[in-house]
Amino acid sequence: MTEKKKTKPETPEGIGGGSLGESLRVPALAVLTGLILGGIVILASGSNVFEAYYALFVGSFGDPGRFISGFQQFFTAGETAGILRAIRPITESLVTATPYIFAGLSVALGFRCGLFNIGAEGQFFIGALCSAFVGYSLVGLPAFIHLPLALLGGAAGGALWGVIPGYLKARFGAHEVVNTIMMNWIAFRLSDWLLNGPMKASGFRPVTPNVEPTAELPRFFADPIRLNWGLILAFVVAYGLYWFLFKTTLGFEIRSVGANPDAARYAGMNIIRNFVLVMALAGGLAGLAGSAQVLGVDHWVGQGFSAGYGFDAIALALLGKSHPAGVVFAALLFGFLRSGATSMQSIARIPIEIISVIQGLVIIFIAAPEIIRLLYRMKHVKAEETVLTRGWGS
Amino acid sequence: MTTINTTVNPAQAKRARIAYGSVLLFTGLFIYLVFGLSAQAGLQTTYRINLAGSAALPVPDLVVPARLTITFMAGIAAFVGAFQLARGVRSTGALVGVIAVTFVIAFLTWAAQGKSFNLTGMISSSLVRATPIALAALCGVISERAAVINIGIEGIMLIAAQAAVMTATLTHNLYVGLIFALLVGGLVAAFHALLVIRFKVDQVVSGVAINIVGAGFTSFLHSRFLESNNALLNNSGVFPTLTIPLLSKIPVAGPMLFENNVIIYLTILLVAVMHITLFYTPWGLRTRAVGEHPKAADTLGINVHFMRYVNVIIGGMIAGLGGAYFTIGSVGRFDEIMTAGKGFIGLAAMIFGKWNPIGAFASSLIFGFADSLQVKLQILRVPIPSEFLLMAPYIVTMIILTGVVGRAIPPAADGQPYEK
Repeated sequence: MTEKKKTKPETPEGIGGGSLGESLRVPALAVLTGLILGGIVILASGSNVFEAYYALFVGSFGDPGRFISGFQQFFTAGETAGILRAIRPITESLVTATPYIFAGLSVALGFRCGLFNIGAEGQFFIGALCSAFVGYSLVGLPAFIHLPLALLGGAAGGALWGVIPGYLKARFGAHEVVNTIMMNWIAFRLSDWLLNGPMKASGFRPVTPNVEPTAELPRFFADPIRLNWGLILAFVVAYGLYWFLFKTTLGFEIRSVGANPDAARYAGMNIIRNFVLVMALAGGLAGLAGSAQVLGVDHWVGQGFSAGYGFDAIALALLGKSHPAGVVFAALLFGFLRSGATSMQSIARIPIEIISVIQGLVIIFIAAPEIIRLLYRMKHVKAEETVLTRGWGS
Repeated sequence: MTTINTTVNPAQAKRARIAYGSVLLFTGLFIYLVFGLSAQAGLQTTYRINLAGSAALPVPDLVVPARLTITFMAGIAAFVGAFQLARGVRSTGALVGVIAVTFVIAFLTWAAQGKSFNLTGMISSSLVRATPIALAALCGVISERAAVINIGIEGIMLIAAQAAVMTATLTHNLYVGLIFALLVGGLVAAFHALLVIRFKVDQVVSGVAINIVGAGFTSFLHSRFLESNNALLNNSGVFPTLTIPLLSKIPVAGPMLFENNVIIYLTILLVAVMHITLFYTPWGLRTRAVGEHPKAADTLGINVHFMRYVNVIIGGMIAGLGGAYFTIGSVGRFDEIMTAGKGFIGLAAMIFGKWNPIGAFASSLIFGFADSLQVKLQILRVPIPSEFLLMAPYIVTMIILTGVVGRAIPPAADGQPYEK
């Protein structure tokens, strides 16, 4: 197996040949086209597109005026409050991107093995709940034990939620798309029960208690800025996944199973084991996304906590061509989009769901690069096919 | 990965025999120990048979002693289990049926001991709740018989549901809403067909994208327009119950089948029409040929792509009808993500029904039953949290997909694009 790995060319790594610019062109144009079509929807709904997209920009990168006045304040009076206020939108975007990185990696890992994990949503929620539980129920531990334990709890919860459909797929051929979605709904119902019952904090709202300070991911700046170590952890995990997928025998096996299960089986690889393992790892990654959100940002979990992360993650994995580096970039992009959309909603009163529309369109364009080529009259570059899914089981 | 065994090897058959037998014995034991022993002696369970306010001739209620009935059910399960261990029964479906039926009857009798329980009402509401699932399943059947997987049914239903309620409220005519739901459903499905046939997009990815756009777009419109203009755009009223004269007078079955709204009648009609079309007309033969062996079909002069386009679009219209059910067929207004996974449950019903209209409808009824059971149990104040009861349809879906209950084989070319 190791010899095989070495003979494999190192450069393309699944991105599909061609120069970097070439492989970036379709995703970039897909996002652009998505934004244009989203703009048309905004226009058709009777709002001002430029106002909306300017609000999106200010919400994600910050107000240029504030930057200037912030630095002026700092140099003249030595005050940092202005700067902190100016950089807040950017840091918020990074904060939003953090769970996206984990969740996108989860779906990307599934794609690499030919599995379509739509269950990142439920795995995210369960991971968050497990982390919150470890975070608030254990009192008096030092942070260097408590925090890893809380993170581990989240990963384990997500992994459990992923491994069930993984096993059902491997053992019975039950399609993971339907099963992961069913697991999502079960997670929602379960969380409804947990948040109204066993895990409910005192008070009226169905939320968990706050996690202990020892379980929180430390923040970099003073209070209004929520940027925390979760982002660094996300980068480390992304690199770890890259190393795992492309530099280890097991990773090679996983990619082989994804590329051609029949050939992989013929080569003596255990397909069932790979399916179960990949779904467990994918679930764990999505669970970590929930952990990062609860331990780094919110510190408690409430209803509707995981709204939309799972579906966004699919777009991220497709956009990043299921490559960890690509996923990180896509997640940063979506972090900025989502974070900006919040202010677009408050300033320009455009419902935030418009971002889902744009994301769905981006998925379509990424999956059908031919549309993009037709639209922009690009020459047909070498087909870069990755088989994603194949029918109902078997 | 699973392989489909056409020949059953003896060792495997023996293992299956012992496994099923043990499960049945265990079911019997479980029923007796959990429900039987905890049921209070002397209490009775009343099954009411008459639907309140229905036109049917009244029938006396069914009153059974709770504990005796539960013990009897435990006995049946245990007996069949013992028989299975000793001799072995061919049909695994029948065995699973015995497990399910004895368990459900025992559970209901236990849950409703000392109270009364409207049996006909529950079966009737099963049909109502099965309707959107059945329509999603029928959409799946017709697309996949032509080898196009449509996982975007959920999104199509959401978009159609919203279109239906908006147009119906604007025009004050429910039938206009219904027609718009069909048109919109067909249109979205046509887009799916275009993507997967013309652009060869991965069928599952395209479906997922449709779901995301569907959920996002309908929620966008909802918060942008519907919420603030409820009376103008989102308050259509619902189709009235059409009571069919004479037939509805039949005791028990009458009110179940013949006191429903137009969408439910259309669904039942559709099942029959689709069954006949698929299996007894040239069109159906061509559709199935395209789904099983497109190359052979092409060689015989069938236009594979045309057949796929048309079938997917018809499927979309059926899903559109299912969408219309959610708004103008049941509550008269649109809520965000109101389909709640019914499209996917429909796909499970399609698989369980072996890609067959009647089978798909029958398995939708099982889901509808699980769904309405959950509601009734909440009313009976069973000491199980309602959230767990709400999980039932999803868990049933997962169990069914394992194929433990009769393995189904999809159309041979399902999910594959066709290139000449």
